[in-house]
Amino acid sequence: MFDRRLLTHFDWVLLLVVCLVTAIGVLNLYSATSVWPPAGTPIYLKQVYWLGIGLLIAACVCAFDYRHLEYLGFIFYGVTVLLLLFVLLFGKTSMGATRWIHLGFFNLQPSEVMKIVIIITLARYFSEKGVAAYSLRELLGPALLLGLPVLMIMKQPDLGTALLVIFIGGTMALFAGIRRSALVVLGLLGIGAMVGGWFLLHGYQKERILTFLDPERDPLGAGYHIIQSKIAVGSGGLLGKGFMKGTQSQLSFLPERHTDFAFSVFAEEWGFSGSLLLLLLYLFLIIWGIYIARRAGDRFGMYLAIGVVAMMFWHIVVNLGMVIGLLPVVGVPLPLFSYGGTSMVTTMIGTGLLLNVSMRRFMF
Amino acid sequence: MSINSGWSVSPGSRRRFLALSLAAMGIFGLLLLRLWYLQLIRVDHYQALSERNRIRYVPISAPRGPIYDRDGELLVENRPAFGVSVLRQEVEDRDRLISHLAAFLGEDPEVLLKRWEGNRRFPKHRPLPIAEDISREALEVIQENSIDLPGVLVDVRPMRSYPYGEMAAHLFGYLGEITEAELQQAEDDGYRPGDFVGKSGLEKRLEPSLRGVAGDRLVEVNVKGKELRQLKTRDPVPGYKVYLTIDRDLQLAAEKAFGEQAGAAVVLDVKTGEVLAMVSRPSFDPALFARGISGQEWVQLLRNPRHPLQNKAIKGQYPPGSTFKIVTALAALNAGVASASTTVDCTGGMQLGNRQFRCWKKHGHGRTDLKKALKESCDVWFYQVALDLGIDRLSAMAKALGLGEPLGFPLEWEKGGLIPTRQWKKKRYNAGWYDGETVIASIGQGYVLATPLQMAVMTAAVASSGTVLKPQVVKRIEDLSGNVLESATPQVLNRVALSEADLKAVRRGLEAVLNEPGGTAWASRLEGLSAAGKTGTSQVVKLKEDRYKEKTEDIEYRFRDHALFVAYAPTEDPQIALCVVVEHGGSGSKAAAPIARSILASYFGIPTEPPEETPAIPGE
Repeated sequence: MFDRRLLTHFDWVLLLVVCLVTAIGVLNLYSATSVWPPAGTPIYLKQVYWLGIGLLIAACVCAFDYRHLEYLGFIFYGVTVLLLLFVLLFGKTSMGATRWIHLGFFNLQPSEVMKIVIIITLARYFSEKGVAAYSLRELLGPALLLGLPVLMIMKQPDLGTALLVIFIGGTMALFAGIRRSALVVLGLLGIGAMVGGWFLLHGYQKERILTFLDPERDPLGAGYHIIQSKIAVGSGGLLGKGFMKGTQSQLSFLPERHTDFAFSVFAEEWGFSGSLLLLLLYLFLIIWGIYIARRAGDRFGMYLAIGVVAMMFWHIVVNLGMVIGLLPVVGVPLPLFSYGGTSMVTTMIGTGLLLNVSMRRFMF
Repeated sequence: MSINSGWSVSPGSRRRFLALSLAAMGIFGLLLLRLWYLQLIRVDHYQALSERNRIRYVPISAPRGPIYDRDGELLVENRPAFGVSVLRQEVEDRDRLISHLAAFLGEDPEVLLKRWEGNRRFPKHRPLPIAEDISREALEVIQENSIDLPGVLVDVRPMRSYPYGEMAAHLFGYLGEITEAELQQAEDDGYRPGDFVGKSGLEKRLEPSLRGVAGDRLVEVNVKGKELRQLKTRDPVPGYKVYLTIDRDLQLAAEKAFGEQAGAAVVLDVKTGEVLAMVSRPSFDPALFARGISGQEWVQLLRNPRHPLQNKAIKGQYPPGSTFKIVTALAALNAGVASASTTVDCTGGMQLGNRQFRCWKKHGHGRTDLKKALKESCDVWFYQVALDLGIDRLSAMAKALGLGEPLGFPLEWEKGGLIPTRQWKKKRYNAGWYDGETVIASIGQGYVLATPLQMAVMTAAVASSGTVLKPQVVKRIEDLSGNVLESATPQVLNRVALSEADLKAVRRGLEAVLNEPGGTAWASRLEGLSAAGKTGTSQVVKLKEDRYKEKTEDIEYRFRDHALFVAYAPTEDPQIALCVVVEHGGSGSKAAAPIARSILASYFGIPTEPPEETPAIPGE
């Protein structure tokens, strides 16, 4: 039986903002890849196809009541951990990292799936406990739930995704409330982990961080991206060089200009005014997501929404921070903007969850 | 577990929502501040950098994989050649540049302009190849005048070179510049305009193995386009090494034996099906294509009536003539309609209904058995036998021995020849089959067509007691470190059940062709080698009654008969089998058998001519 309220309460605002950002993204991809179009289907068109697939997935995700996820969460979690294990044992290796399970028509990346699954799992954990402020001992459970997949993802190695999963879980825990004393201990532990972790990092990962601190260290290798990206962004000025007129990006000085560095192309061509507009759109998306959490019909829905918002937020912040030289280069895509099917699908699943929570807020 | 119905946001949570929103705004504010700094405060600095900082990718072509013969002799290699490319984004005055370049290169400006325009869609910051293989003089002039030629790059690229000229050109095939359509088809394979790809022969067939992976150089240049420093280099990876089954010496000998004659020859290893030599004459110089063939040269090759571009060994379809008698004999013996002792009285022809089928020998061979029929190539014996045999059994034997269908040779457009059957004729002409047609087919005339490759395979099958092997030409493919990626193993296409006695009877006849006086190829026998063979002469057009009188030289070239010869050797343990077809060569015994003789002599190391004058050896 279909409840008509679902339609009347559909969150058109959210959908509109998501589509608007994606549309700008597609336009930007068109520009970024127009000079030297790869043979075959143009990148921007592929992105449109991915958008179509993503919207379809979002529709599926919001079609069934998110509350069922509360029960399914742990099963998803178990399955995804097994998939991660499978990747570690038999995964497809590409460029030194093993992240994919080859499924013939596409490559499944379980670490991406984990981003969504960890949100569902922790949402259930925190909504069930319902503690006002967690002590260290009470946080042990979620820490283990989070830690296991993070370690497995780091082993692949995929530091960027592992960090994002930590950020998502951390944000949710922070939102759930942590006792002040516990926070202090966690902070100290975090610093300790960072120092200790340095020795666990792969050479190239250390190199990236060192290069981030001093890009001139390796102006043609790891530093090249940062320098070129900063030149592209900075030379955009107030109004930008104009659509399809960015000299840096158009002349392909800018590597990865359609994936992780898509924003550099945009910032060069549209200048500060364009960057401001895009940033405001993203901020609106985040605030609107928080608003959805605020109005959620139940605690599980609230945590779910918070988790999705955290995921989007950290992607945006890490990617932008990276291309404007605030953070080291870790391969994190800009949601709805960078080219790529995986990122699009993950973001659209998140969007579907938000829509789901939003339109079922009256069903209690 | 219950759904938290009646749940409402606690005041504590409300504060957290606010905190969360403020935190998000704060972090976004930081990003915005950074953008403000980069795009508004430091804009001059970065704009200056973006003006100055130009980086160029210069592709480095990968050397194509070399081609060797079966013993590792280099047949096709690469030599360094200078090419000129243009970076269009750095060119200020196109017409001026083109007229300069044309003058320096000695080229027609129109040609350069055409190449320029032909690749408009190619990005302007990528070097567009505009002239290949320029002379050292042109290179020097261009380098001296480089200041007047902004955007012009000279680079060294590997170019195909052929130490043996025209040798085996059809087998290797040729290269050509990649076309727009091919570029689209190659999708993400990394091909660029100006790349040379295999257009025919093995170059085309083995393109993925031979091409290698192009590299590139990342170069920082100043505003004037002058290179400041090299930033990064990715070395190209050469293509794989291809070893053919061809024997260079044998191939050279076979080609030499043809002289100016047109035609084809195929030499096979009887035991493996490997092609030891494959000749198609006249040939062409593949080097013409390596740097881009001119339109005029191309038209000349295309219009040549002797079809130098066609690989006649696999695409030429000829009536096999009397060489087909081997098939007829085996079919008749196998079907039991004739035996080695079946005798026919040849009086110079055979009457069938109201039609007279002639023997090539006007006054006849007299009493003829199988051995004599093969040895002297008596037509009437086969006419008679074929009448009892019928076309169906004859066709079945021909097909079983590898005729009538392409053999799966790894070159494109291998032809299948034609072995007629009742069904085929019904379908093709909607007409019934006549006995007279069987009679003509029995001596390899009429509808029957075969390629030289098929005839060689058939001969090899007879030599190896009925085993039809797939002809192969690629012995192995190796990567750079010598790992074998692909290697040929003998592949049996068919095993024809032939009795030892039948085989023996036919072979005895074939041996007599070369080894007994009166055999049609007696003149082409080799001292010290026991070979078996069969001559053939196939009519190109139905000739007039007086064909016996006319000398080959008196007939117009295009109406002359094709000359054929098939053979295997040594008879006691056959190692090689061959087929020679000389287009319009007249008779098989005169034109084709001597070529086969040279091939056999070369393979078995038998001197056939008195050695040339021995040079004086100092100190002797």
